[in-house]
Amino acid sequence: MQRNVLEYLEATAPRLPDKVAFSNGTDSLTFGQLSRSARGIGTWLAGQGLSHEPVVVFMEKHPHSIAAFFGVVYSGCFYVPIDEEMPAYRVELIFQTLKPRAVLCDEKTRSQVEAMGYDGILCNYEAAAATEPDDGVLAAIRAAQLDTDPLYIVFTSGSTGVPKGVVACHRSVIDYIEQLSATLGFSEETVFGNQTPLYFDACLKELYPTLKFGATTYLIPKSLFMFPIKLVDYLNEHKINTVCWVVSALTMISGFRVLEKQVPEYLHTIAFGSEVFPIRQFQLWRKALPNAKFTNLYGPTEATGMSCFYHVDRDFEADEVIPIGQPFPNTGILLLTEDNKLAAPGELGEICIKGTCLTMGYYRMPEKTAECFVQNPLNDAYPELIYRTGDLGRYNERGELVFVSRKDFQIKHMGHRIELQEIEVVAAMHPEVAQACATYDKEKDKIHLYYTGGAESGELSAFLKEKLPRYMLPNRMERLERMPLTPNGKVDRKALAAK
Amino acid sequence: MEELLDILKDLHPDVDFEHCTTLIDDKILDSIDIVSLVAEINDAFDVAVPAEEIVPENFNSAQALWEMIQRLDEV
Repeated sequence: MQRNVLEYLEATAPRLPDKVAFSNGTDSLTFGQLSRSARGIGTWLAGQGLSHEPVVVFMEKHPHSIAAFFGVVYSGCFYVPIDEEMPAYRVELIFQTLKPRAVLCDEKTRSQVEAMGYDGILCNYEAAAATEPDDGVLAAIRAAQLDTDPLYIVFTSGSTGVPKGVVACHRSVIDYIEQLSATLGFSEETVFGNQTPLYFDACLKELYPTLKFGATTYLIPKSLFMFPIKLVDYLNEHKINTVCWVVSALTMISGFRVLEKQVPEYLHTIAFGSEVFPIRQFQLWRKALPNAKFTNLYGPTEATGMSCFYHVDRDFEADEVIPIGQPFPNTGILLLTEDNKLAAPGELGEICIKGTCLTMGYYRMPEKTAECFVQNPLNDAYPELIYRTGDLGRYNERGELVFVSRKDFQIKHMGHRIELQEIEVVAAMHPEVAQACATYDKEKDKIHLYYTGGAESGELSAFLKEKLPRYMLPNRMERLERMPLTPNGKVDRKALAAK
Repeated sequence: MEELLDILKDLHPDVDFEHCTTLIDDKILDSIDIVSLVAEINDAFDVAVPAEEIVPENFNSAQALWEMIQRLDEV
């Protein structure tokens, strides 16, 4: 039985040593090089006395950062990817939670880590990767590893203003990769075009199937997602046939009517998720690629990537929603009503997930973990955890699961999961902001921030840029004389949203 | 031009759009900005920015954007 994700790489590297595994179009790593670098890094980290602890990978998005992830895994530690564009304030919050003893960086990010006053082990990728692999050391580490050992931590928005680190283990990732690969039909011929950043679980879809099948992944430069014709050129140049993108990346192409002129001609498998796909845009894609397979995916980070899928098998009216379908095999979905009963067909309920796919919870946040990972209320016989997603759904008349809305103020914006309160907490840190309220205009996919106090919008905007990741920045800001309040004295979000 | 600057200021109140000529190169604008910007330009100037014009050169400065709008307006 497979116990470690690296077994994928170890089966593929000797078979396809010279095939490109990961490339950004300019720089590439073959499976042979990837294996060599990862074992070098693993040996180096183990030599520093690191074991079973988080190692931060603070690097630019590049094939090397992926080799660094696997290097960390070889050392028996777990990797924590950090976005090099993330504001220092947020990185510091994450470091306070992790207290990492080691950080892998590159030429570009080294000064950023140093500027934070980080005093642990800091090593450049190149130096660690050049280490001569010690197969004896690596084998001993592996022999002692369990499939329940953590593999990675990814940080997601937290409503208190502190990002939460979701810890996933080997076993849940292996389960996910096996089910996802069978569902989407990946193979050695698959050429992935990766869009999502490496610091979220979304990139698991490309990383591990690439190892498993000996496929190839192109890390598409982020700037291309601003320029749709160049993006389609890139897809065609590299013969990319499979994409797992957020909806807004797909609608960037269709919305500018690029598909009328130019089609990504090799594309045959298109998975999307994290957001509702506007039907008119979706139809443009289906018309342009009538033979391609389109699959809607749904799932929270806490259940290791994606949990449900729906292969689009029919046409949808403009006012319909594409279902999220059914759970992957070996994943269980419970739709629970407010009194913890199973929702009847058509009835609204909270989507709860159980199975091997559950991650281990939030790093060093036991209370928060206990709030969301709870005993299955339908089972009083033995311990059985479920993850309460906070997403509300129902089954349609065909028995397909449909996402309806959120229970709280979490939103999906350009594919990113954001707690609106986190934006409010940070805005209120500005000395001249008295009160702040963030709302989300779903139709236009825009975040609005309303605030009271003396701050100019330019100042506040600059302040937020220092503290929040780009995707959390409000698209519009408005200063109000006073906040509208509900009769019981809370900020009237509905009144603000209606503005 | 004033109207264009207003649209830009609305997106990023803290950016000096009169003088900045590296809006793309310095990652000041991102993909959601481009989507909003094109929609607002189409509305405000009664043009239809075609996909071919959505290239870095046209979005690096307010001046470049303005020249694109003028060009589209003539057709």
